[in-house]
Amino acid sequence: MFQFDSFADFMTMDGHGVYVWVSYLITLVVMVWLLVWPLVASRHTRKAVRRGAARQERFAKPRGSAEEPDG
Amino acid sequence: MSTEGDASLGSGPFSAIFVRDLRVALRHRGELANPLVFFLMVATLVPLGISPESSVLTLLAPGMIWVMALLASLLSTESLFLSDFRDGSLEQLVISPQPLWLLVLAKVLAHWLVTGLPLTLFAPLLGVMLALPAEGFVTLIASLAMGTAALSMIGSVGAALTVAIPRGGLLLSLIVMPLYMPVLIFGATAVQQAVDGFSASGTLAILGALFAFSCMVTPFAAAGALRISLHG
Amino acid sequence: MASFYQWFHRLGAPKSFYFLTGKWLPWLALATGVLLVAGTVWGLGFAPQDAKQGNSYRIIFIHVPAAFLSLAGYYVMAVAGAIGLIWRMKLSFMVMKAAAPLGAALTFVSLFTGALWGKPTWGTYWVWDARITSMLVLFFLYLGVLALQYAYRSGDAANKASAVLALVGTVNIPIIYKSVDWWYTLHQPATLKLTGASTIHPEMLYPLLVMIAAFYCFYALALILATRAEILHRERRTAWVAELDGG
Repeated sequence: MFQFDSFADFMTMDGHGVYVWVSYLITLVVMVWLLVWPLVASRHTRKAVRRGAARQERFAKPRGSAEEPDG
Repeated sequence: MSTEGDASLGSGPFSAIFVRDLRVALRHRGELANPLVFFLMVATLVPLGISPESSVLTLLAPGMIWVMALLASLLSTESLFLSDFRDGSLEQLVISPQPLWLLVLAKVLAHWLVTGLPLTLFAPLLGVMLALPAEGFVTLIASLAMGTAALSMIGSVGAALTVAIPRGGLLLSLIVMPLYMPVLIFGATAVQQAVDGFSASGTLAILGALFAFSCMVTPFAAAGALRISLHG
Repeated sequence: MASFYQWFHRLGAPKSFYFLTGKWLPWLALATGVLLVAGTVWGLGFAPQDAKQGNSYRIIFIHVPAAFLSLAGYYVMAVAGAIGLIWRMKLSFMVMKAAAPLGAALTFVSLFTGALWGKPTWGTYWVWDARITSMLVLFFLYLGVLALQYAYRSGDAANKASAVLALVGTVNIPIIYKSVDWWYTLHQPATLKLTGASTIHPEMLYPLLVMIAAFYCFYALALILATRAEILHRERRTAWVAELDGG
């Protein structure tokens, strides 16, 4: 069952509140960042590829298909 | 320079590299003195920065001397491959048909003889300056002899990884420091045990084991790292 | 056996990895979210108070999983590096590259939460005990690999060099743990026994297990996301990447 008598109690954690909540908060921030930066980087790369592809179409250069992926 | 492919110690590639490196190092005798002077000067920083009282110095001496030897050794590690890299002879070593790990071993041994060994021999002087009790001196020399050798071997891997990087010296320190720590722990503890009147032989044995282990592993790691640095 | 080998090799192609993981990702994200929320709520609000430490022990529910994953993550990074070196698998190097900042961040979390746990419990933010010191050295090992990666200009050489360094560090980790542990027992003040909790109350153990599972899922999720980002970047000039957005 819930260990605390009130929400205020939950926040202060018998005086240890700062330590507990700052820990969880920093951890949350780090974890969110670890998930967000790859997503942002991926989006950035895909945007750049789209721009490159669009430019290619616009100038209609007679290129062969882009290199085959290897591996 | 011998072109034989055999790996015997008396002749062949090992001794060729070994002798050559020693000759080159002894030609620049001034540079040899740098780690020693550093060692000495840092020893002066300790009483200035902490306390000149013998009682305090005695407490700190085993660890401090070891830390300073480690730093001096770290400083000199960068030079292991750097000059050869710059003048192209490292490339020759890497593409030569001789086993690269053997050549690395020769270079490290020569390097130790002109850096780690002088540090070891100088250490008793620091012991006197930092009020190391008499019981600690023999163990100090023994631990530093094996320890600086292990540090040289471990440092060669870091040096090989960073030789092609401009201003790689600081990166070298960063990489190599965690690898140095076990050697420091056992070396300093051995001296402390001797000072406290206990037998340090067990600890020295572990230190010897670390050295032996580094001899087995690091030449190959350093050889691989050299190939990566030079040829990508 | 042949089909496993085929599957493994197909998985090793960056393009297949990208599409395969694209299918798993939503489920993995869901599992991660559910476990994290459940474990956190349980640990923060429903696990009983500790007799000695009161409520500050609740930090354990993030500190311990982060510590586990930071250590396991180093081995993931090193193994990925080894596979890349031995089998010259590009994808393996990409995983290794993704694992480095991830592991370093988790090590930081472990150290930070450990310090915040230490203050109310033992009165000090930092103590040079065996586990904390070993974790700090692990952090240095990660930093070394990261620094080496960024120092090299050629991507290929950077990967190989990082792999070598990671492997050397792998050998070093048990040596460091053992030597720091031994060193600390020599110097440990007799009255201070820091990391007890050898018998943990089941009502505290279960939320901890949930959080450990949650962190493993999180690690996999973050690692896959970062690897995918690296794949996109490396393969940005290929046709299949151009076709991703119908280009």
